[in-house]
Amino acid sequence: MIGPLPQSQQSEWAIETHDLCKSFGHVSALQDITLRVPCGALVTVLGPNAAGKTTLLRVLATLTRPSTGRVLLQGLEVQGHDAALCNLIGWVGEQTLLYGHLSPQENLRFYGRMYGVDDLDTWIHALLNRLGVGERQEDPLHTLSRGMQQRVAIARAILHRPPLLLLDEPYSSLDRHGAAILSSLLGQLRDAGHTVLMTTHDLARASELGGEVLILLDGRLVQRLDPQRTADDLRAAYDRCTGERR
Amino acid sequence: MSYWRSVAAIVAKDVLAEARSREALSAMLLFALMVAVTFNLALELRIDNVLQIAPGLIWVAFVFAGVLGLNRSFAAEQDRACIEGLMLAPVDRSAIYIAKCISNTLFMLTAEALFLPVFSVLFRVPVGSPALWLVVFLGTVGFASAGTLFAAVAMNSRAREILLPLLLLPIVVPVLTAATRSTAQVLEGQTLAAYAPWLRLLLAFDIISVVIAVLTFEYVIEE
Repeated sequence: MIGPLPQSQQSEWAIETHDLCKSFGHVSALQDITLRVPCGALVTVLGPNAAGKTTLLRVLATLTRPSTGRVLLQGLEVQGHDAALCNLIGWVGEQTLLYGHLSPQENLRFYGRMYGVDDLDTWIHALLNRLGVGERQEDPLHTLSRGMQQRVAIARAILHRPPLLLLDEPYSSLDRHGAAILSSLLGQLRDAGHTVLMTTHDLARASELGGEVLILLDGRLVQRLDPQRTADDLRAAYDRCTGERR
Repeated sequence: MSYWRSVAAIVAKDVLAEARSREALSAMLLFALMVAVTFNLALELRIDNVLQIAPGLIWVAFVFAGVLGLNRSFAAEQDRACIEGLMLAPVDRSAIYIAKCISNTLFMLTAEALFLPVFSVLFRVPVGSPALWLVVFLGTVGFASAGTLFAAVAMNSRAREILLPLLLLPIVVPVLTAATRSTAQVLEGQTLAAYAPWLRLLLAFDIISVVIAVLTFEYVIEE
């Protein structure tokens, strides 16, 4: 269902940030974040509440402008609104970005038209079935549970086959079955060459997914753990980083 | 995707969502009807003075009903952060404005088309003249074009229901003046030459308002 990405979309780094800072008034949400994420990687950003995880993803998704610093996605500098950048990004945030009075199918058809997706109806049908929403695809979205809406939001994010997926707490509201579907889908996307950067505050989830882990604390990137680390390494590093706060 | 196909997709989505919910249309229509019925009961109008008050009543009903509709327009986009979905889409931000402006104009015109016959019965005012509908169209486009921009400005405010009329009403004074005067002249049966200057003012406002909004909308909806 998820095919490999076209070669033209490949470049060495999916995400590059240089001295990225973001402040809201006197509150500093991100401080001097410099990172590089290679194409095709699955990276989890881990941190306690208010660590700056959501702000980092929103800046990368072009939803929030950084105060200072540079962001490049697939080599393209993020400077205001750019259609080429929009096509690169698939976004799942705290909200579903879906219209309550429209059905999952109608919501996806709308977004598919906005992105100019080919063979839209077949692709929507396949995606919704893959995410277990096939039987409810014609019901108004507001009649679906929060977990089912989250599945539709995930379908919306990958609808235009973006090479870069930015997922902010994508497992929130999902039951065990939904979480298993998402984990399997993320693996499939990674195998197909998509880059996935997701946030979580759940150590077990970060450990289970594998891939690189970044620990964010008070808006600073304090630790980077490579994919070879064990679950115990991850727990020890997280405790060491956040120990002073608990 | 081409600019106008994006506009068409957003308008089609708005029309479908409104056909399902009827939130904006029913609020606008009910409010306008309440204004008409209340004034009909409160004022003892004779046939010779009804024409003096009817144009003002029509536009008071349109303006306040329109404010309700404009507030709903962006409230629907704020719900579940759908506006972010539009901002992330690979379309020019001005296409979002043009589409929302078309949707708001369509909803207002529909409410007005349903309201005017009732108003005609209540106040015994003829509303079948094509000239009256031209005035209503131009006035509504002017009001909706400025209103869509200011509804986007007010969208992130908790007090948007209060903020929108405070921002919008001073700006649309030329529309209200021109629309009310030309409506009065149409209802009095005057010739096109008499109210043509008002129509020109409405048309000029419509064009200027749309151009300014297209140029500034991107900055308005950004954080």
